Amino acid sequence: MTLESILFYILSAVAIASALLVVTRRSPVISALYLILNFFCLAGLYLTLHAQFIAVIQIIVYAGAIMVLFVFVIMLLNLGDERKLSEGMSYKKVIAVGLAAALLTELIYIIETSWIVLPASTVSQGTDIGTVEYIGLQLFTGYLFPFEVTSILLLVAIVGAIVLAKRKY
Amino acid sequence: MDLIEAFFKIVIVIGALITGAAVMVFLERKISAYIQNRIGPNRVGPRGWLQPIVDVVKLVMKEDIVPKSANRFIHDLAPILSISIALCTFAVIPFGNTIELFGRTVKLMIADVNIGMLYILALTSVGVYGITLAGWSSNSKYSLLGGLRSSAQLISYELSMGLSIIGVIMVAGTLRLDQVVVHQTRYLWGWLPAWNIFLQPVGFITFMVASFAETNRLPFDLPEAEPELVGGYHTEYSGMKFGLFFLSEYANMITSSALITTLFLGGWSIPFAENLALSPLTMSLLQVGSFVVKVFVVLMFYIVVRWTIPRFRYDQLMNLGWKVMLPLAIANILLTGGLLLALN
Amino acid sequence: MNLYYTDLITNSPLLTLTATGLLLILIESTKSTRTRLTFGVGIVGLAVTGVLACFHLTPEQSTFNGMMNAGGYGSYFTIIFVLAAILTFLLSRSYLERMGNNKGEYYILIVFATVGMMLMASANDLIIVFLGIELMSICLYILVGFFRVKDRSNESSIKYFLLGAFATGFLLYGIALVYGTSGSTNLTVIARSFPTVSSNTMFIIGVALMVVAFSFKVAAVPFHMWAPDVYEGAPTPVTGFMATGAKAAAFAVFVVVFDRTLGFSGGKLNLVIAMIAAASMILGNVLAIAQTNVKRMLAYSSIAHAGYMLSGVAAANTEGQSGVLFYLIAYLFMNLGAFGIVGIMEGEDEKNLSIDDYAGLSTQRPVLAMLMAVFMFSLAGVPPFGGFFGKYYVFLAAVKANMTWLAVVGVLTSLVSAYYYLRLVVLMYFRDGKADVPMKPSFAAMVAVCVSALLILQLGLYPSAVVQLVQSFH
Repeated sequence: MTLESILFYILSAVAIASALLVVTRRSPVISALYLILNFFCLAGLYLTLHAQFIAVIQIIVYAGAIMVLFVFVIMLLNLGDERKLSEGMSYKKVIAVGLAAALLTELIYIIETSWIVLPASTVSQGTDIGTVEYIGLQLFTGYLFPFEVTSILLLVAIVGAIVLAKRKY
Repeated sequence: MDLIEAFFKIVIVIGALITGAAVMVFLERKISAYIQNRIGPNRVGPRGWLQPIVDVVKLVMKEDIVPKSANRFIHDLAPILSISIALCTFAVIPFGNTIELFGRTVKLMIADVNIGMLYILALTSVGVYGITLAGWSSNSKYSLLGGLRSSAQLISYELSMGLSIIGVIMVAGTLRLDQVVVHQTRYLWGWLPAWNIFLQPVGFITFMVASFAETNRLPFDLPEAEPELVGGYHTEYSGMKFGLFFLSEYANMITSSALITTLFLGGWSIPFAENLALSPLTMSLLQVGSFVVKVFVVLMFYIVVRWTIPRFRYDQLMNLGWKVMLPLAIANILLTGGLLLALN
Repeated sequence: MNLYYTDLITNSPLLTLTATGLLLILIESTKSTRTRLTFGVGIVGLAVTGVLACFHLTPEQSTFNGMMNAGGYGSYFTIIFVLAAILTFLLSRSYLERMGNNKGEYYILIVFATVGMMLMASANDLIIVFLGIELMSICLYILVGFFRVKDRSNESSIKYFLLGAFATGFLLYGIALVYGTSGSTNLTVIARSFPTVSSNTMFIIGVALMVVAFSFKVAAVPFHMWAPDVYEGAPTPVTGFMATGAKAAAFAVFVVVFDRTLGFSGGKLNLVIAMIAAASMILGNVLAIAQTNVKRMLAYSSIAHAGYMLSGVAAANTEGQSGVLFYLIAYLFMNLGAFGIVGIMEGEDEKNLSIDDYAGLSTQRPVLAMLMAVFMFSLAGVPPFGGFFGKYYVFLAAVKANMTWLAVVGVLTSLVSAYYYLRLVVLMYFRDGKADVPMKPSFAAMVAVCVSALLILQLGLYPSAVVQLVQSFH
């Protein structure tokens, strides 16, 4: 095994474990912390794919900004441990688990029986694909229009946030 | 061989950072004393110069108290997070040019990554967790308020910090910090060193203010405002865990001074020194020395500011961050872009 | 890519409306007490956009480096969206004033939602599809919860937001898988590589996930759960806008992405969509019978109508496409008109929303009752109104595509639907009651509903003009 595949397995194992812990922990803060760990693992996975820019942005935006706000809000509301909503097994739960299991087997069956090797990627495989220069160049040439649309999207989100957050009408 | 080299560099940098932090604590006490017309520590050693050692010994010997209702794991984790992030940031800062040692050309920075600036932004953005988690896990209202304030404050000032760096990136055209320094060794009109402080005055000011806020120094020390919050986020910490917070605060200060030096003050470059025809080794050593001197000057500025300016009120802090700093930083980007377009 | 000026000209409707939205934000931030100016500028901007779109009903051309298709379908849909937005503007003003919440941001959000819809309809790249959907959805999340002090408005906003975020997740997973297998997000490229990748499991899963997301947006069974609650809690003009404009936008994507890029292969995808269509028609119509709240009833009816239109999509032939396009414009007028009258009738604190409140309306407000009857007849698919021809075209397309069973289901459920549409008419005309309208309806709102009713008649009596236009796109 190369160093990269070892890293891949370690990072994905930690990512999956932390993702599970996010869902199962009772305390919201602890859940949020595992989510941050998960984001770091994802960033590491991006790095193994030579996508440095995405990796760092993952940390800056998700771990550094969004999750800080998450933790901030949890702390501000002083959320305690989550209480159990219902005790024991309800029939809904049984049905839900049954359906989910059925869907999973179906999916596994389909993928196992008709697995087709993915077509060779048509995207150029250079190591520079994840660099800031490459992404910047793409963003401001071929993808300029979506880039501008994104700015409109963010502007609208700001307007919306202000509409909802203004104290009094 | 590369690994050994990296190991030595890490040891040297961390050693320097920690020693520097200890010295800074002493200097801070001494300078504050002079500003307030006192004498300051003067009992241990000549003129009190051995005081830092005693401080460290005291912190290590003290009992580690964890509040009964605290979350033990996170209470322990928080200071570790703080100090490790504070130390990690220095990895991409070049503290000198190359140096010839034992027949090897050694680059005087630990990790030469091509996204150095983004690395620093990433680390500063997660640096808040130590403080926030410390505030939350202590289960005390003072700590919690300190933690809350710090996360709000750091989020607000990170934006203007990141945006003020963009001006530098635009001028230098690279995200590599060593390239940024090399870029600053040129001269404008043949006589003015092309330091970014001259090319990016607005960016320098916004970055400086933002880094004050990011390091929780006065006038932005709301997370630990003593009159209101006892000790802020570290109210419930004692012993070496408190020491780690203390250490990481000063390590952060040194790192951000080093960053200001690298980005705006020419890093290790010495203007006009290339005319002196010195031997390469002397030159390298002098450059490291110049870096240290510049960092020291910025640090002194930090300390003097702390003891001369009062603390902001919370709303003033937010207004400054969102309504002054952010527009200034954006205007700086616009201006830089326009000038670059006009000049090229 | 260079930004060619011709791209800007051919996309002038989109750019005009975006500029209008930005201008409105500026107006609102400087003159925040005057909503009249915002309202007026918004209407003018929308009207100019519509006129520009009318001039661009030319064959499609690729613009912005293959990201957008200017003209053709996009322009047709732009006209639909702009009409929906203008009618919503007219209906909203007096409604918002009555509810004491006439704020300029409302109009800004409607304008930007329209921009999002236009992006969806003209998209030639999955990235643009995604951005358009998000732009539209974010505006709608806010608009649904616009009455921030009302619990029901908040509840429906949260519901819509959470489920909408899930749908977005499905969409992104789908796009990722399609991109991974076909190597591009560009719809033209995907269509070109379709024969080689169409048997790839990952590709099929990706397409299936996208079907889930778009079915959510059109509120088709089994992804319809949100619709009744959200339609009930949202401000009534917003409900009308969502039920027509947003639905039309999602159908635009269905036509653009599925029929044109992935469709004509006659694969299993059509069968899946046909089943979704059948389920929507049956469930929507049957559950609508049980409703006592008018808005909920119309919500279930809109689920059923999504089913009718999906049969046209499932047919995946040119008749189906033009059928859906015709249906959408007829549906726009009849549904917005119906919601307009509900909005006119609605009092403060959610009064007058029960079906029984409409009893005896014909004696109190004969004009309103007549208009409502027109909308109900049209929704039920009674000739000579526009709704009839819409159904006729989509069912015809289904039969031509060898899906006769789908057409049979459609006709049978239409019969069921006649029960609850006509029940309202019976209540208005043949029952005594004291239907009290809170105040005299405003001029603008009356203009909106009258124009809608007239256009439905027009579409029903002379459908050929629109049909010819629609068929010219092929």
